[in-house]
Amino acid sequence: MAKKTDNNLYTLFFAIVMVVVVGSLLAFLASTLKPRIVENQRFEKQQNILYAMGIHNNEGDNDVQFISTEKVGEVFESYISNQYYIQDGEMIEDDEAYLIDLAREEALTRNPDYKKRLPLFIGEKDGETYYIVPVLGKGLWDAIWGFVAIGEDLVVKGVYFDHKAETPGLGANIKERFFMDKFSGEHIFDEEGEFAGITVAKGNNDPANNRKQDNKVDAIAGSTITGDGVTAMLRNYLRTYLPYIQSLNQ
Amino acid sequence: MGLLSKKDRALILDPLTDNNPITIQVLGICSALAITAQLKASIVMALSVIFVMGVGNIVISLLRNMIPSKIRIIVQLVVVATLVIVVDQVLKAYAYELSKQLSVFIGLIITNCIIMGRFEAFALGNGVWRSFLDGIGNALGYGVILIIVGFFRELLGSGTLLGIQVLGDPITKTGLYSIGYENNGFMLLSPMALIVVGIIIWIQRTRSPHLVEEN
Repeated sequence: MAKKTDNNLYTLFFAIVMVVVVGSLLAFLASTLKPRIVENQRFEKQQNILYAMGIHNNEGDNDVQFISTEKVGEVFESYISNQYYIQDGEMIEDDEAYLIDLAREEALTRNPDYKKRLPLFIGEKDGETYYIVPVLGKGLWDAIWGFVAIGEDLVVKGVYFDHKAETPGLGANIKERFFMDKFSGEHIFDEEGEFAGITVAKGNNDPANNRKQDNKVDAIAGSTITGDGVTAMLRNYLRTYLPYIQSLNQ
Repeated sequence: MGLLSKKDRALILDPLTDNNPITIQVLGICSALAITAQLKASIVMALSVIFVMGVGNIVISLLRNMIPSKIRIIVQLVVVATLVIVVDQVLKAYAYELSKQLSVFIGLIITNCIIMGRFEAFALGNGVWRSFLDGIGNALGYGVILIIVGFFRELLGSGTLLGIQVLGDPITKTGLYSIGYENNGFMLLSPMALIVVGIIIWIQRTRSPHLVEEN
């Protein structure tokens, strides 16, 4: 006698029940947890922007410690003086520009009528002005993104990088201190004053990044494609933002 | 006689030695290659798999008399994927930092063939307690190899362990580096994980000749 579980009708029944149970479980979970998750993401963005400006709780040489979630809202307000978004060549002030999701804006540009909004933040720290811009690109497996803080002298003051699914121990190291720290002080213009961006270079042979004017930082061994992605996203976005930063900086 | 009977203890201990999922059954190699460049990632992955396999085996074992055999693989996949997503969502809401660190492992856990293999080979035919022990045992066997490989790849590839420089500083040339030692960048690339696993298999078979198949 065949087992009851071999019956086609039972199989169909089981499949339907399973899909309904799992589907409603996940839907319930997603909708109950969503407010908390959204809030966490908001804190994270504020923390990341502040991190790029050099405002963090780092202690050891290898930590990446953000301002705590309890304080970050307050700290963000005290350091970030203006928030803008750029749409169709115009700069529009908006106190919630940091909530703009760059990935979503880029996706919407597939509709030719849509004018994407590019956020730009202005921070003040120790009497100096920082222009903080978001960057977004592709790594080996999935999206990579971050924030870059540019000083009044148009030199990179700090960066924060993050990724969705780069290889742990290799490409995922773009969000480690040793990699991000190398960008501080790096020039984005070459010796002739042309925009050059920053290249994540193999064979640069400058692990401590003592040469700040060469527009290059050392690549991470074993993560060429992630590194190239970082180079490309910095070049794309810095080039786009530069005219606005220069006009604000006058 | 302790907490576990002799048979139950074998469920935990066998996968650590003579029935290791990586070195004997040669499963789960893809994730062993992908994430062992650093010791920390190896440890995180090992812990995650221990959790998912323990709970997953319990769920499959509870359902084992109800699952239609024609769609059992799909059911197993749904169970692993649901478990992993539930954990991911809960962590995102209550332990955001941790969830960020684990996010890259999510996909690798769902597709880990050891998990599917144990569901199929064990949990579908055994009771809940024994399935739980089998899950934990196999995950431990997997984790041990991951951690050994991660240890050697991070030590020889980056000169660090858990991010701490143990061989001196390669930039300012202190410690071992002062006498001309260099990190081996090869160790960071995936193929070297296979070679390290190969060496472990070699050592294991030399020590336990009964594991070597007759030709």
